[in-house]
Amino acid sequence: MHTQTDPAAAPTDVPTLRLAPAMQLLQQSGRELPDRHNVGHVAWLQAVIDGLCELSSRDPLTGLANRRQFELALASEIDRVARAGEPALVLMIDIDHFKTVNDTHGHQAGDLVLKAIAKALHECIRPMDTLARIGGEEFAMILPNCPPSFGLAVAERVRKKVQGRPVAIAPGQQVTVTVSLGGAFAPQWVRSSAPLWIDRADQQLYRAKAEGRNRACLEQPTVSLVSAEEKGLLFGTSQFADFE
Amino acid sequence: MSDISNVSTVSGPSAGPPQASPNPLVGREVPSKRARVQAITSGKGGVGKTFLAANLAAALAKRGRRVLVLDADLGLANLDVVLNLFPKVTLHDVFTGKVQLEDAILHAPGGFSVLLAGSGLVEYSRLTPEVREQLLRIIETLAPRFDHILLDTGAGISDVVLYAVSLADDVIVLATPEPTSMTDAYATIKVLATQQRRHAIQLVVNQVGRIGEGRTIRGQLQLVVDKFVTPTLPEGSPAPALELIGEVPLDAGVREAVQQRRLLIELQPGSAPAQAIHAIAAKIAP
Repeated sequence: MHTQTDPAAAPTDVPTLRLAPAMQLLQQSGRELPDRHNVGHVAWLQAVIDGLCELSSRDPLTGLANRRQFELALASEIDRVARAGEPALVLMIDIDHFKTVNDTHGHQAGDLVLKAIAKALHECIRPMDTLARIGGEEFAMILPNCPPSFGLAVAERVRKKVQGRPVAIAPGQQVTVTVSLGGAFAPQWVRSSAPLWIDRADQQLYRAKAEGRNRACLEQPTVSLVSAEEKGLLFGTSQFADFE
Repeated sequence: MSDISNVSTVSGPSAGPPQASPNPLVGREVPSKRARVQAITSGKGGVGKTFLAANLAAALAKRGRRVLVLDADLGLANLDVVLNLFPKVTLHDVFTGKVQLEDAILHAPGGFSVLLAGSGLVEYSRLTPEVREQLLRIIETLAPRFDHILLDTGAGISDVVLYAVSLADDVIVLATPEPTSMTDAYATIKVLATQQRRHAIQLVVNQVGRIGEGRTIRGQLQLVVDKFVTPTLPEGSPAPALELIGEVPLDAGVREAVQQRRLLIELQPGSAPAQAIHAIAAKIAP
């Protein structure tokens, strides 16, 4: 992908490109670029492009992945699950009564809460997980290779982490916020679709909200599993008893 | 997708023992104005879904029925291979708006119509809202012009398969006596009963070693369903009942027909499996 051609011979004539808006964006985000004369035009342009890609995949407030990046990650996870058959969990996370925080303490306090929760959520994930802010007060996690039996424990850990972390919104002033979580596993042996998977997790999120908030609800994934007991009865013997 | 309202009317209070006759499912008069949509599914791949769909369609056609087979295995179409049809125009072109639906309907050798997916449909193996819309529209558009629409679904229990099945009036689960096939058929039945609230599920057992084996397999599947699935359903839900509508004997003729890309019921009309398929057609379309 990366061409190592001599910068002088590169076909890209940098001075004729309209780079000002891109430079402005990168500057505003605080991203540093290498010295154009040291690294050559091509490497420098690559750094500009990388910087823009990074910008367009991040949420500026929290620094988490944004919705676009989340959808890309979800699509590739669907491909992986369909291929490898590994279990994967999607968690939709919504701050409870976030509007009240904004209305009572102002939007700046709201932003602080969003940042603090983003940080708390980030402490709950593994390097291979994707954590994104996908809407105003809505976050999502993609957890590859998460066994169904761990799902609820993982979601609960996230919920407790947020609950136990009061947010300082002004000197001497703290608010405690909670989150509701809805989760769904990628369907077993199946190529799902992103909208459907999200929809299933969302339904669980609605359930968590309806059941009183500050809780985690997961779709029961066991429906298409065939237990050893069932197999035993199906074949009228215990020949499958050793299989899960 | 979770609840299939048109199914609840099928079985009704008279859903007695699945073997009983008269049966509430088969023999039900086909409304003259709309095709009966019948999904063929299996869980496991390679058990003969496409073989059954094609030959059953031909057998129904011989009984004077207007039949359409829709390749609902959007990702991995096999129907073209089985029927030896390699059309230039497929469902893919209909989906992308390149051609009219009419132009994609082909006449298959057995006297029935087919809508082939074409390999270009791999991208549609994900159930996008667009694919849902298209499938629904196609079935609704064509239903008035046929007596039977057979949906040849893909293997597994993917979203696309479940969606295709959810569009059908009847679901035919195909299994073989292989333990893996039985397990996958059971998993399929379980999902259909719990997620789609199907309580009348038809069963065809393919590749039986002897007539009667299918009946035993139905009994075993029903036993496990009664013990493990029915108790998990909401109170008051009708118990899922499996109805054996046919058992197709293992026969070298099938392999021969598939290899020659001919319909078994045309190549070896007198063979045991061909007779078995005619018997299924007679049950579905008395």
